[in-house]
Amino acid sequence: MTAFVIRRLLQSVLVLALMSLLVFVGVYAIGNPVDILINPQADQADIARAIAALGLDKPLAEQYLIFLRQALAGDLGKSFTYDVPALQLILERMPATLELALTATGIAVLLGIPLGLWAGLAPDSWAGKLITTGSILGFSLPTFWVGLVLIMVFAVELGWLPSNGRGPTTELFGVPVSFLSWEGIRHLILPAINLALFKLSLIIRLTRAGTREALLQDYVKFARAKGLTNLRVVGVHVLKNIMIPIVTVIGLEFGSVIAFAIVTESIFAWPGMGKLIIDSINVLDRPVIVAYLLVIVGLFILINLAVDIVYSLLDPRVRISEAKA
Amino acid sequence: MGEPLLRVEKLSTHFHTRRGVVKAVEDVSFSLAPGKILGLVGESGSGKSMTAFSIMGLIDPPGRVVGGRILLGGRDLRLLGPEAMRQIRGDRIAMIFQDPMMTLNPVLRVDTQMIEAIQAHADVSRAAALERARDALARVGIASPAERLSAYPHQFSGGMRQRVAIAIALLNQPELIIADEPTTALDVTIQGQILFEMQKLARESGTALIWITHDLSLIAGLADEVCVMYAGRIVEQGSVDEVLDAPLHPYTQGLIASVPSRGRRGEALHQIPGMTPSLLDLPAGCAFRERCSRADGACAQDPALSSPVAGRQVRCFHPLIQETIA
Amino acid sequence: MMQREQTPLARIASDFGQSKLALCGLAMLTAILLIALFAPLLSPQDPYDLAQLDVQDSRLPPGSKSGSGLTFWLGSDDQGRDILSGIFYGLRISLMVGVASTLAAVIIGLALGLAAAYFGGRTDGLIMRIVDIQLSFPAILIALILLALLGQGIGKTIFALIMVQWAYYARTVRATALIERRKEYIEAALCLALPPARIVFRHLLPNCLPPLMVIATVQVASAIALEATLSYLGIGVPITEPSLGLLIKNGFDYMLSGKYWISFFPGIALVLTIVSINLVADQLRDALNPRLQQ
Repeated sequence: MTAFVIRRLLQSVLVLALMSLLVFVGVYAIGNPVDILINPQADQADIARAIAALGLDKPLAEQYLIFLRQALAGDLGKSFTYDVPALQLILERMPATLELALTATGIAVLLGIPLGLWAGLAPDSWAGKLITTGSILGFSLPTFWVGLVLIMVFAVELGWLPSNGRGPTTELFGVPVSFLSWEGIRHLILPAINLALFKLSLIIRLTRAGTREALLQDYVKFARAKGLTNLRVVGVHVLKNIMIPIVTVIGLEFGSVIAFAIVTESIFAWPGMGKLIIDSINVLDRPVIVAYLLVIVGLFILINLAVDIVYSLLDPRVRISEAKA
Repeated sequence: MGEPLLRVEKLSTHFHTRRGVVKAVEDVSFSLAPGKILGLVGESGSGKSMTAFSIMGLIDPPGRVVGGRILLGGRDLRLLGPEAMRQIRGDRIAMIFQDPMMTLNPVLRVDTQMIEAIQAHADVSRAAALERARDALARVGIASPAERLSAYPHQFSGGMRQRVAIAIALLNQPELIIADEPTTALDVTIQGQILFEMQKLARESGTALIWITHDLSLIAGLADEVCVMYAGRIVEQGSVDEVLDAPLHPYTQGLIASVPSRGRRGEALHQIPGMTPSLLDLPAGCAFRERCSRADGACAQDPALSSPVAGRQVRCFHPLIQETIA
Repeated sequence: MMQREQTPLARIASDFGQSKLALCGLAMLTAILLIALFAPLLSPQDPYDLAQLDVQDSRLPPGSKSGSGLTFWLGSDDQGRDILSGIFYGLRISLMVGVASTLAAVIIGLALGLAAAYFGGRTDGLIMRIVDIQLSFPAILIALILLALLGQGIGKTIFALIMVQWAYYARTVRATALIERRKEYIEAALCLALPPARIVFRHLLPNCLPPLMVIATVQVASAIALEATLSYLGIGVPITEPSLGLLIKNGFDYMLSGKYWISFFPGIALVLTIVSINLVADQLRDALNPRLQQ
């Protein structure tokens, strides 16, 4: 098991290094590094000094090494707009995005699996059809439009929930979170639901399809032949079999939830990483863009690794064959 | 002898598909006394598995049992509600399927799958159930059963998996075991072992056994009675010795003749000409008509079961009676 | 064996027709396609002809009349443009971007997937590595990065959408092609020393197409949705050629003051387009799925 983890970790480091190279090439060799790293509003003298300081007059390979060294030390450049280190800016905003993403994922899983099971067990009932149609809608409707509708209905027409911003935060293990206060929850509900919708539909569809397929399998018939209750057949035999691919998807999709948070954060003016990157793109605050890319890539690699490990824990066939290897 | 354990009367199971009605089981009747072994023989699609599932109440839509009675100890199973039927399954009637790889759940441990079979029918503690499972595995000849219990199905060989399935069937000491081609997916040597053990277990515990197979030669050494099925109906019925020595139905004769035998070495292998008809498009009259050398105009009518010889039944207008009167 | 045989096409069509919903979707989709194609003929007003616009007509609610007697069936936006016309033209752009990018991505993915499956070895390894890395990142992120580097524009948006989609097709085609490649008829063709191009085009290709078609249909909807999202965020198509997403963005600020129609109706049009495509694709997939056949 440990050999497996170590192997995957090494692979991850390799991919991270590769991605840093790609980002570097994209920024330094393709884009104009002067524009990206030096504020175009600086005057000539400052620019000249910055060029020398950043080593932009040196050969490309050497520049990459300097870039790496600085990156490993945590220095990814300074934001043009805020004049603070880009990395710091991003890390400050990360808890807000993670809170949103985790809440959304939680909603999607806790609602999605039961609803998907129901639709899979009774696909021709009115409830089953309703759930299936709902999931198709949730899957196809663009997130930003749903957000608009949510704001229109709940904030403008009904006035129940706020339409933007994050509620007051409290510190939990040193991380600012907003779900511990009612006002915080009120601000969290709409964006979380908005973000959850796509994932929810995906999980419903996967669970439904998995259930329908599982019910046709011989082991289900055998379980019923043993005289097991329907509850046990579905709750244990079917569920355990379909959980494996579903958990994998949930894990892998978590990264995309974080990416989609970009849209939700823009609509609801939620102060997370996503809103930061959009604002940065619009004002061409490039160091932040570069820093965001690297952070996101790192995050994704971590998520993929975690999913691989969890998958091997869940599927005994994988675990045992890895142990033998 | 007394009252038979299982009496099936005119059982019919139909599937209502978009392309028509499939009469998977039609007018099937037989009875089985306690401790006896019945062989149910036929090709794929003859309706033998469907008969088994009908008895167990495991026919899923679009299929439905549309007629007949299934009497277990005198009670009609078709009249039972789902919960009552559930209690009978795995407890009074147990079933063994054909391919143990597909029937054991690959992501659950063997002990889980055995314990749940026990706990579904009796209020037994996990420890007690575990012990019973261990004993059952030992009875079917699995070495070091305690270790085997915590393993997963894919860690067993095919033959061992089937033994596990047999052990599960025996767990609650059922009155009847239905075995649906349990040895088809196994090597010939294992086949022989399992056959022998099943027969021994049946005799020892007085459990009745329905053995479903397409292989007539298996039935010869195993069963007391045999039913031959074709296109969803029983075409011949009787004691094994009588049916195999002197078959009444041309199909049965064809089956027996098709079995390669040492005595006929060097001869061309016998074949029943033609193919099994599709159940969606059965010809009117006797389903075997198009392949039978003895068919004539009379066979355009549906033959009913008749009893030209005492103790035997055949569904044919031209049974091979001449040959039996020797 | 005597059996009523349906041709595969007839069976798929009849399986498809099982769902009333899917048929509705098909009807809606056809209507949308026709509208998009004939937008200039159907629109009451050409919203990009500045001569026809009058700022006095701006922000009028649905049903109002303009100064020149034109009825704004769905209201007007902040520049006096008819929303309905804007939607017709916007549908054109949205559909064009979605379909063009999907088509190009399919071709590229098909070519690379077939190449990877046919040549195997290092080519396969290289292509699949790139595909794997790209597929582990969500589409929106990749599109975001590309457009951040390249800037705004229809062509650039289409390019970004192509880059986002090709990998998925490449992987699907490769998987199907690999299965087909192992089948005996390909071995037979190889034994006959048929030229590789012929094997690929005449044999591998036709068998890879059906699953690809289902996926491509769904992906058109995704591409449209993605383009709308990107335009909404301000990094997709430029203001001069607004897609539905951009129309929605323009109206967003007016939502809070009650002038919902500027965003709402383009949104409905977008949703109807995407949903109808998905309904059709979904039923198509079920009709083609061998595992759900009884």
